Amino acid sequence: MEGSSAESALSVSADSIRITDLTQDGDVLTFAITSQKLNSSAGVCVFRAYEDFEWLQQSLFSQENVPGLQGIIFPPLPPKALPLQSNMQTKALKQLGFLALGQDWQGYCKALEFYLQQVATHPTLCKCKALDSFLINSESPGKQRGRKGIFNRLSQAVEEMRKESHKDVDNFFQNERNKNTNIAALSKVATEKLIDVVMTEQKLALACGHFSTSLHLCVNQDDAAAVAFSKVCLKLSDIIEAVKQNFEKVASNNLTTLGLGLDLESRYQEAEKEMLFRRTCKLIELETVKKSTEKAKANKREVMEEFQKAVEKEFSLISSVAKEEIERFHSSRVNVLKNVLIGWCEQQLNTAKECAELYSQHLEACRNMYSE
Amino acid sequence: MAASSERSPPPFPDSEEPELLEDSDDGADAFTGTSISEMDSLSPDTTGPPKDIFNEPPEDIFSDPLSDINSEPQKNVKIQSPGSDEAVDLLSDPLDDEADVISSPEVQNPVPDLLKEPVETPKSVVIGKAPSDVSSKPVLKNAIGVRHQDIFEDPPTGSKGSAAKKSGSAELFEDEDDDDDEEEEEDLFKEPLKGMTKKPQPSVASGPPINVFTEVKSEVKVKPHVKDDPTDLFAEEAVTAPATKPSSSGSSRTNGVHSEEQDIFSEATVELSLDSPLNDRKKKDALKASVSAPAAPVASSSSKPPSKTLEELEEEESEDKFDLNISVTNPEKVGDGMNAYMAYKVSTQTSLTMFRSKTFTVRRRFSDFLGLYEKLSEKHSQNGYIIPPPPEKSILGMTKVKVGKEDPSSAEFVERRRAALERYLQRIVSHPSLLQDPDVREFLEKEELPRAVGTQALSGAGFLKMLNKATDAVSKMTIKMNEQDVWFDEKIQDVENEEQQLRKLHVMVESLVNHRKELSGNTAVFAKSVAMLGSSEDNTALSRALSQLAEVEDRIEQLHQDQAANDFFTFSELLADYIRLLGAVRGCFDQRMKAWQRWQDAENMLQKKREAEAKLLWANKPDKLQQAKDEISEWEAKVTQFEREFERISATVQKDVIRFDKEKARDFKRQIIKYLESLLHSEQQLIKYWEAFLPEAKAIA
Repeated sequence: MEGSSAESALSVSADSIRITDLTQDGDVLTFAITSQKLNSSAGVCVFRAYEDFEWLQQSLFSQENVPGLQGIIFPPLPPKALPLQSNMQTKALKQLGFLALGQDWQGYCKALEFYLQQVATHPTLCKCKALDSFLINSESPGKQRGRKGIFNRLSQAVEEMRKESHKDVDNFFQNERNKNTNIAALSKVATEKLIDVVMTEQKLALACGHFSTSLHLCVNQDDAAAVAFSKVCLKLSDIIEAVKQNFEKVASNNLTTLGLGLDLESRYQEAEKEMLFRRTCKLIELETVKKSTEKAKANKREVMEEFQKAVEKEFSLISSVAKEEIERFHSSRVNVLKNVLIGWCEQQLNTAKECAELYSQHLEACRNMYSE
Repeated sequence: MAASSERSPPPFPDSEEPELLEDSDDGADAFTGTSISEMDSLSPDTTGPPKDIFNEPPEDIFSDPLSDINSEPQKNVKIQSPGSDEAVDLLSDPLDDEADVISSPEVQNPVPDLLKEPVETPKSVVIGKAPSDVSSKPVLKNAIGVRHQDIFEDPPTGSKGSAAKKSGSAELFEDEDDDDDEEEEEDLFKEPLKGMTKKPQPSVASGPPINVFTEVKSEVKVKPHVKDDPTDLFAEEAVTAPATKPSSSGSSRTNGVHSEEQDIFSEATVELSLDSPLNDRKKKDALKASVSAPAAPVASSSSKPPSKTLEELEEEESEDKFDLNISVTNPEKVGDGMNAYMAYKVSTQTSLTMFRSKTFTVRRRFSDFLGLYEKLSEKHSQNGYIIPPPPEKSILGMTKVKVGKEDPSSAEFVERRRAALERYLQRIVSHPSLLQDPDVREFLEKEELPRAVGTQALSGAGFLKMLNKATDAVSKMTIKMNEQDVWFDEKIQDVENEEQQLRKLHVMVESLVNHRKELSGNTAVFAKSVAMLGSSEDNTALSRALSQLAEVEDRIEQLHQDQAANDFFTFSELLADYIRLLGAVRGCFDQRMKAWQRWQDAENMLQKKREAEAKLLWANKPDKLQQAKDEISEWEAKVTQFEREFERISATVQKDVIRFDKEKARDFKRQIIKYLESLLHSEQQLIKYWEAFLPEAKAIA
């Protein structure tokens, strides 16, 4: 593919892309994106709104001169975040899942950051001019709204019903499709369940907070026994506070590691599903072309055969790109999940250790309490 | 009656005749208590008689808080100034008595009579207001020592016979005293004889100790007939109507509340000194007197409740140590269908000698526990004790148990009730006075209990209870008590606030528990979906890691579940218990208020009677005057009695509330430690799980 000329398209290093800051102005979230120039130590910082990300994604979808574009698994762009209004909590949660949880959109920023990195490290997509301008141009590129591409979700949803179950000619893709459907559903469920867990943990932390606060109300300094009792209450309040902090930590650990990981996993599975779907569409197109070629009258046959060949070529190109993409996806996905699990486990372990340490300190203090 | 003219120097409202009697009884009781416990250490051979007298082993008495008495009187005497005055009085008493005994042997006979006299002589002396000018303070200690000796040695002699006793005790006095003291005594001996007529105090005092002794003796003799069980006496008397049983309230007081010890001692002496002027007169009648006289009906306590400071009360509190371990185990369904009930094994482990053995086990059903509470509250709530309430009946829970087979919720119900019953029993026995109750012991020890009635038909009993509560509430509203005591004023407020707070806390803990349960449920679901994800994963290492993770999450779910149970049992139940206990505390305050109301009513009645008398006087109707006077003195007696009762109940409530507060702090602390331990344990388990999982995660290729 147009090789070396496009090689220079991306002028920043993919690994250095970070979303460092976020400002909220009413409904609009603006992200500060920093990156490191290749071949120089200079950093670049641009400000982008969600619309710019959308523009980037559309540009990626509608690239021209990229053979087999439809076989590419596009890194999934997180859905648009709506800054919280009071009654939006549940809706946002439904739309964004994990990305809506957590303090100050941290999870969301992380997800966007990961998206950019994925695009930048993708062997084909990184050559897209739009990406470079997105990362470097200080002016917002996405003023002109990208036209609705062929990958519009809405139209897809209608077709999906019909074409999803279409039998594949290639066993590999048939298997992959089956597995993908399965895992996509499962990972989605797992993500939702983990959300429930995290939400409950947050509720518990809140309940502990209330409990600990109201224990302070029991303080009474009237006489010796009351003072002793008050001490006990205060101690308990401290302990409950510790429990609360533990819950908060555990919840945020779940959120920032496994939560984001599972969310990414489920979104990527969706992306793969879309890619497979596009390929299936092509396959169906090819099959209809074949049929009509067979039926075609002799005078048109030649044109039709010509056309069929072109479609066949396109389809096989898509299939080969798709195969590569799927392999790439699987290895990177396992890698990502591995890192997520390790990170998660380590964090939970640390939290548990800290917590145990804290508890044993409290226990010691409690045992010594007014035994003097 | 007509005796007011004969009043001894310390002038006081002459309305306390019944108390006088009972007072002396008080003293006697105190002495018996003291003597029996002390005897053991002093002269082993003297322990015989009391042992014979009481059917129960004497250790019962030692195990009692009562045993503290031995040391207390002396201490108190030194500390409290009114006490020391009494002590001086005391001093003179025994010595005078000695003199009497020595010089005139006939005194032996009048003595029994003395006991009877107070009944006729309306005299009142308030403690601390009868200072004796007879002897100097240096002798004070000595005197007490003497008295003690006297007391200690008395019962044995008492058992022999009246004539022998007197001389015996006289000898004892001479034997025990040192040279210096003897000199003093000599002086004193002579002095009263001379001063009989001139100085009322010393002369007055002659004889009283004998009085006490005889009372002691007579009690010792009489009591076995009245009751077999000495502990019975101590514990139950408080409940029995004061007028009907001898020594009832007195002994209960000495028994349960040793803070009054000092009081009793001083009272005894003060009152004795009152008797003495009559001594001369009555000597002639002495022969007629019967030993059994002191057993005559006695009115309720006359003692002014001790004005002990809170610090002192608290100090005493800390001395209580119970070596009594009660556990309720093995809940078991007995019977079938709707007649089924749960029976529990109540195991007791103790080194207290009041129990027959060190460990014993009985089976009790739930209604037995309720029955115990009924009995205890019937007997003790009017005294102002905080009686720990048992867990409530739950028709729903029990029906589930009866119908359902192995339902987890019914298992939880049973366990919850078992734990509640255990805590209930533990609270009862940790109450020093309730522990002494024969019903408690019976409950713990006796193989078969008569079936508790009135608790089974919840509907009927519950309805009655509700009615009672309603009437109580009404009467509470109607009673407007202007609280004089700052302590009570604050405490009542505190208790109400505290109840509010505990209710709030309880709600919070409940929500905490519910969230925990929710978390546990969610974790379980998550574990399941992770397991599914793992099973449909291609990458073997990842698949393995995921199924491992599912297992870890399963274990974590178990941890959450355990922790929820911990939250529930350590906090929720604890708070629920204390909400109910605070209700009991408020009940005590209500009892006190009722006592106050009784007193005020009597006061009003007395006022009316007095007015009536004044009218009669004015109208000059002498025929009705006598009746009016009688009524007045009757109501005066009642007023004093109710006032005393009120003060007694106030003291008891105060003491019990202080005890309760301490207990509460201790209890909460214990629970918190337990809770922390469980938290720590959970966290350690968690560490283990994560540590086991980490290599699995790292093994993903």
